[in-house]
Amino acid sequence: MLLSSLLALGLLALAFGLALGYAAIRFKVEGDPLVDQVDAILPQTQCGQCGYPGCRPYAEAIANGDDINKCPPGGESTIKELAELMGVEAKPLDAAHGEDAAPKVAYIREDECIGCTKCIQACPVDAIVGAAKQMHTVINDACTGCDLCVEPCPVDCIDMVTVTPTTASWQWDFNQTPRGDIPVKVIS
Amino acid sequence: MPYDFEQIVERIDQQKFWTFPGGVHPDGRKHLSNQTAIDTLPIPKQLVIPVKQHIGTAGTCLVAVGDSVLKGQTLTSSPHPFSVPVHAPTSGVVTAIEERTTAHPSGLPELCVVIEADGNDTWAPLSPISHYQEQPKSTLVSAICEAGIAGLGGAGFPTHIKSTARKKVEFLIINGVECEPYITADDRLMREFAWQIRQGIDIVRHLITPKVIIVAIEDNKPEAYNAMLQVCKDTPAIRVVQIPTKYPAGGEKQLIQVLTGREVPRTGLPADIGVMMFNVGTCYAVADAILHGKPLIRRVVTITGEAVQKPQNVWALIGTPIQHLLTQAQYQVKKQKQPTVIMGGPMMGFTLPSVDVPVVKITNCLLAPARKELNLQQRELACIRCSACADACPVSLLPQQMYWHSKALELDKAEEYNLFDCIECGACAYVCPSEIPLVHYYRKAKAQIRIQRDEKDKAEKSKQRFEARKARLEKEKQEREAKHQKAAAARKKATQQPAAAEESGAKDKVAAALARAKAKKAEQAQTSDESASEQSSPDNNKARVAAAIARAKAKKTGQSAPAETGQSDNTEDERKAKVAAAVARAKAKKAAATPASSAPENTEPSSADNDSREAQRKAKIAAAVAKAKAKKHAADETSSQTEEPNSEPVAPAQQEESAEAQRKAKIAAAVAKAKAKKQAADETSSQTEEPNSDPVAPAQQEESAEAQRKAKIAAAVAKAKAKKQAAQEPDDNAAQTDNEPASTAEEEDSPEAQRKAKIAAAVARAKARKVQREAQHNGSEDNE
Repeated sequence: MLLSSLLALGLLALAFGLALGYAAIRFKVEGDPLVDQVDAILPQTQCGQCGYPGCRPYAEAIANGDDINKCPPGGESTIKELAELMGVEAKPLDAAHGEDAAPKVAYIREDECIGCTKCIQACPVDAIVGAAKQMHTVINDACTGCDLCVEPCPVDCIDMVTVTPTTASWQWDFNQTPRGDIPVKVIS
Repeated sequence: MPYDFEQIVERIDQQKFWTFPGGVHPDGRKHLSNQTAIDTLPIPKQLVIPVKQHIGTAGTCLVAVGDSVLKGQTLTSSPHPFSVPVHAPTSGVVTAIEERTTAHPSGLPELCVVIEADGNDTWAPLSPISHYQEQPKSTLVSAICEAGIAGLGGAGFPTHIKSTARKKVEFLIINGVECEPYITADDRLMREFAWQIRQGIDIVRHLITPKVIIVAIEDNKPEAYNAMLQVCKDTPAIRVVQIPTKYPAGGEKQLIQVLTGREVPRTGLPADIGVMMFNVGTCYAVADAILHGKPLIRRVVTITGEAVQKPQNVWALIGTPIQHLLTQAQYQVKKQKQPTVIMGGPMMGFTLPSVDVPVVKITNCLLAPARKELNLQQRELACIRCSACADACPVSLLPQQMYWHSKALELDKAEEYNLFDCIECGACAYVCPSEIPLVHYYRKAKAQIRIQRDEKDKAEKSKQRFEARKARLEKEKQEREAKHQKAAAARKKATQQPAAAEESGAKDKVAAALARAKAKKAEQAQTSDESASEQSSPDNNKARVAAAIARAKAKKTGQSAPAETGQSDNTEDERKAKVAAAVARAKAKKAAATPASSAPENTEPSSADNDSREAQRKAKIAAAVAKAKAKKHAADETSSQTEEPNSEPVAPAQQEESAEAQRKAKIAAAVAKAKAKKQAADETSSQTEEPNSDPVAPAQQEESAEAQRKAKIAAAVAKAKAKKQAAQEPDDNAAQTDNEPASTAEEEDSPEAQRKAKIAAAVARAKARKVQREAQHNGSEDNE
């Protein structure tokens, strides 16, 4: 009796063990899905202001418990989203990593460019076109404003230009523009 | 579909309509401006035509500053289908193409073409299509596109896109509702130009072949209704109907709902439910474009409000400054608390940033309200959750919820409440007892959501680019490594295999050297018979030494003069040195020609070995002298440029030496080292001679002694020079100290010495630079 119950339990344990073992191999999750989720929230400027070489390494660090307030390009909204995802409290941006500034793009003063290709090598998103001894220029739409090309330039011909708001990017902010909008009421 | 086509038509024929939820009934105030006929304005002096006046993409400018344009000439073009061109509204000259403030609530500048009118109003050649029924539809559609027609109802949607809808259209609705208070532009247009509108309707009907056409007019415009009824009564397919007045019945989705009971799906278009809608103004413009070939360069604008003396409708050219229109209507600023002009109606319009902005294709009304006319200063109070806004909303949204979330910037939640279905009609804000500018919050939230989406898209793009770059760099690295490995393997192979080959190569070299030596010997033996030529080689050597010394002297004299003045002249120095060198060379030649004037040196015909060694030694001495000179030169002069060409000949001399006889070189080096040691031991004196102590073969002893003597002569000369110079310029410490390493460099000949000399040269250069800098500094100070 004792033997049969032991045997039955043992067989059950073996069966479950095998099932679990199989499942562990068959349904193995490649990589950490949390990292992908964090990475999707980060602004992908690849600027390295967080201290990591790119957004994905920082995403990995966050997944491993690093602070969520090290991303100046993302700003408050990114911190808020990260806080929600990670289940931690939203903190103000860590000033040690820079400030949440207006969006910028790099601009190469093309007359002064000597064609050294150093900025091209520094650009993390390949947003600078040019060749050796040929003038370089920035692809506006692809530039993330990460600042990384400014430092290597030997002739200091790269400026970070604040993106001027256009009618398309305008956010109905009447503090910056002269007048308020309506709807008004007709006094009858 | 809740109602099929027959049912709907039946109901329309019975003048029975559906209704949309909510809606408000503001005071129309249309009588202000609809009493007088549409006036024509004088042509303004300057017109500002924004390049983009429609929904979609802007075209590129076809004109340049300074170009003369004719009325109706195309100013922009774009290959993009979602784009319509703009045209010159009158003839004149393009004076600028620049960013100007346009009719946008932000007041941000946009690209505009500025035309200075010449007053002639000359038309460009027009190409009307008279028998449009016989033309292919594509011709008509492109003509509509070329005429720059964008929906004149308010949104500015390119009309040619609508005209090419492939879906089957049951109802073509002509929108003459004009539900917003104050505006009477469409009203007057229907009253006065009903026939042309009808022509436009016919063209659109030909293009999209609807089953039935409904011309919808609100029941507060009986004159317009009658006019349209009059022109449409001959065609049973066109039904002119009067719909009850309720704001915003003129909205596209609302009007469709009123007439057909169908609702446009939230992500769809009216065409999805078999309906197409055109504004009456658009129909008029289509008729103009097809039948007269005229592009859209003018439109009817209502100028109204109690702050204008003569409210009216006018034909305004696109690009006319608002100021021009207001002057026409006698705008009186003093009737307002502060100058305020609203473009559009009081419900959906916006306050203009300035009165200099131009009329654009979607400008239907300019409203200048008097002091008490409109409640412009809203005192926003807290929401009391009365839900009046929800009752008024024509789209059955929950304005309150959207307001909370928009205000708290919880954009995703605002979106969940279908924020993007809001038509921004302003009905909610109109009824709000707390005077909350609700639509403002929605607009803001919408803009922010759009920008966030754009940012997300951009982030995704950046990520892709970043990853592509990473992959590329990784690949390059691997390729490089593979290449390096391959190269290393090849090197290894090469070093293993031809080790023997190299050995044999060395042997070959030795053999070649031996052969060469033998050949020289033979040659020497031949020439030894002829005493003149036999004498020449040692003589040549002597001559070279003499020349070197002469050159050194020349340099010295060249330098001593400028040294006194403190500032040396490079070119002059060089010239002098060259002259001196030339003289010395000439002397040397002379000496060679007259062997009688032989130096106290070995004149006996020596073996080839001895000769070559002697020559080498002498060459080295000459080189050393030259180098020393160069160094001195560099030290004394402020420029270090002259030094480089001077020091160069040393290298070839060395190469020559090593190439010819390495063994000999070694011996020479040993000799030089010994000399150096000796000289180091006894620097000032050059008298002691111990040729026998040299560990060389007796045959070479003689030679080495001779060489040493010569070297010593050179050294002595150099030292003497140095002393002289030191005496000449006792003040110039830099120069003095520089001479010492120069002289030591002169004495020694071994590679070690050369290295030292190089260091010395570097030091000298540095010093020279310092001196130069100081001189410059002093100079600049003096200048100051």
